[in-house]
Amino acid sequence: MTVRIDNCFETLKLTNKKALIAFLTAGDPNYNLSLELIKSLPEAGADIIEIGMPFSDPMADGPSIQASSLRAINSGHKMEKTFEMIESFRKDNSHTPIILMGYFNPIYNYGVNSFIKKIIDIEVDGVIVVDLPPEEDNELCDALEIADLSFIRLVTPTTNSDRLNKILQKTSGFLYYVSIAGITGSKRPEMNEVETAVKEIKTKTNIPIGVGFGIRTKDDIERIGTFADGVIVGSVLVDIIKNNENESAIKDKIVKKVREFASAV
Amino acid sequence: MDKLNSYKLGPDQNGRFGIFGGRFVAETLMPLILDLEKSYQQAKEDDSFISELAYLNKYYTGRPSPLYFAERLTDYLKTAKIYFKRDELNHTGSHKINNCLGQILLAKRMGKTRIIAETGAGQHGVAVATVSARFGLPCVIYMGAKDIERQKPNVFRMKLLGAKVVPVRSGNATLKDAMNEALRDWVANVNDTFYIIGTVAGPHPYPEMVRDFQSIIGKETKEQILDQEGRLPDQLIACIGGGSNAMGLFYPFLDDINVKITGIEAGGMGLQGDKHCASLTAGRPGVLHGNRTYLLQDDEGQIIEGHSISAGLDYPGIGPEHAWLKESGRVQYVAITDSEAVEAFKICTKTEGIIPALEPSHAIAHLINIAPNLSKNDLVVMNLCGRGDKDIFTIAEHLNMEI
Ligand SMILES: Cc1ncc(COP(=O)(O)O)c(C=O)c1O
Repeated sequence: MTVRIDNCFETLKLTNKKALIAFLTAGDPNYNLSLELIKSLPEAGADIIEIGMPFSDPMADGPSIQASSLRAINSGHKMEKTFEMIESFRKDNSHTPIILMGYFNPIYNYGVNSFIKKIIDIEVDGVIVVDLPPEEDNELCDALEIADLSFIRLVTPTTNSDRLNKILQKTSGFLYYVSIAGITGSKRPEMNEVETAVKEIKTKTNIPIGVGFGIRTKDDIERIGTFADGVIVGSVLVDIIKNNENESAIKDKIVKKVREFASAV
Repeated sequence: MDKLNSYKLGPDQNGRFGIFGGRFVAETLMPLILDLEKSYQQAKEDDSFISELAYLNKYYTGRPSPLYFAERLTDYLKTAKIYFKRDELNHTGSHKINNCLGQILLAKRMGKTRIIAETGAGQHGVAVATVSARFGLPCVIYMGAKDIERQKPNVFRMKLLGAKVVPVRSGNATLKDAMNEALRDWVANVNDTFYIIGTVAGPHPYPEMVRDFQSIIGKETKEQILDQEGRLPDQLIACIGGGSNAMGLFYPFLDDINVKITGIEAGGMGLQGDKHCASLTAGRPGVLHGNRTYLLQDDEGQIIEGHSISAGLDYPGIGPEHAWLKESGRVQYVAITDSEAVEAFKICTKTEGIIPALEPSHAIAHLINIAPNLSKNDLVVMNLCGRGDKDIFTIAEHLNMEI
């Protein structure tokens, strides 16, 4: 529901805080641990959870999230299991917004209408589809709007002002500012440029702006918090899964990282 | 044929052929492909662009390629009169150069200073490295690590030509992953880089643009057959990986409805399992690499790696215009197995003294299969889109022979 996301940003605003949006891939490295990790995020300080739907060909993602997707697929993960995880999560958490992020093919394959019915049912709040620019997103976006779910659109350093106006028309929940021209987890953003861009966008819209792609440090998060409404971290979290064998170590380190980041927003 | 019923009207302004095609790319790339589309629309109307491309096609590539009456194969099959469109005689040994020259001229016009491309078999990579050398632009070729192993001679050629060949280890380390990697490079180098896609796939305007540059094959064929036989052919046959040599031959004939048109996909080890690359005959519609088209995918919509003895046909997708031509019924699509292709390779080599690439060997195999049903008066044109030098190692391995 859009309202859960809206409430989240409004509540944070009251205490002058920004949203920490944490990304993990569903099923990475396996169903049980993935579910446990996702359940641990709100307590650790994540305000919004972004759950990646694994895809074999994630063309906008860098090595970290590519590997994360593959780990999930190789563990036998399926779309239905993503839904199961969210259902299980919602049993004891009804306030943290959940956003599904992914590529269009698995959704198209599932059936756009069945997909939307399902995510309404399990109380997902928004959807980000990387390879659906405004030119192609009608078939999903219109149906989401009718269902009162957020379709979160991306604005990038290459987006010019004409396109920005077009993108702003239909985005809801928040606007995702991609901080680099590049793939996830690659270059480090140039913070001054990001700040200028976000401020420029803010002259045109009141919708909250989340900044993501390539954000790895507490310093960057602190800085982004001074001009944007939310920060998205992903690669830095899934790298912890790659770099550790032991499941309880993975969980401890992810919780610790999210805590550290949360203290900076 | 009246305008409304023409098969040549696509794509529409959104880059669609029916439901297929489109621009399914990340927002970062959207402004770039819109810019590319605009530049291409201007270039193709510009006399200086047209004449420069015509000059290079003639003096650099060696066009027009002959339309050759394959007399001995015709005798051997005791069937219709068979013609080969000899695009294997092009500079660099395949049709890929037709497209690369067009795109690099466009890159130059747009002021781009760096070229990137994906390659599977390495034929497209070699053609890109060639035109990059010819125009003095640095180029980076993404190639699956597995393909680099399988296609060593082409890797060496690219390096000699000055290209940087980057092994891609993500995913399955083959062509689709190389294409993902090229797209990732492009997203990260938006200002100076031009991406030369090697087939009629990718986001709009690539399918249209590549088809247009390859259509010289069909245009020449039409003139040549009218000149040599005084009439249009009864049938056209071409192999299909992404579908560029086939679109190039087919497009100018699409509205000549008496010309039967057949595209040949890689049937690999047969269509029962997943050891094939027959996206149209055995896949389903989906979205990959910027367009909606037929794909090899599992129940979850994850892309499946295909298999073909011919690395150039080893792609789990297909150009969106082919997807549309299939659904409209205008073109038939048939799959040929690895073994049938190798057999055809041998027959062509022995009867005609032409060593074909394994890709068009699939088309020759289909010709052999349908020969009993053809009449002696029929005229059939097969696109001999590449020469087989690159494939001798694969053939030797398949036949258990030592080189
Ligand atoms: C000789 C030859 N034929 C055909 C193909 C397949 O591509 P397309 O279907 O785009 O012509 C290739 C690709 O590498 C090739 O090298």
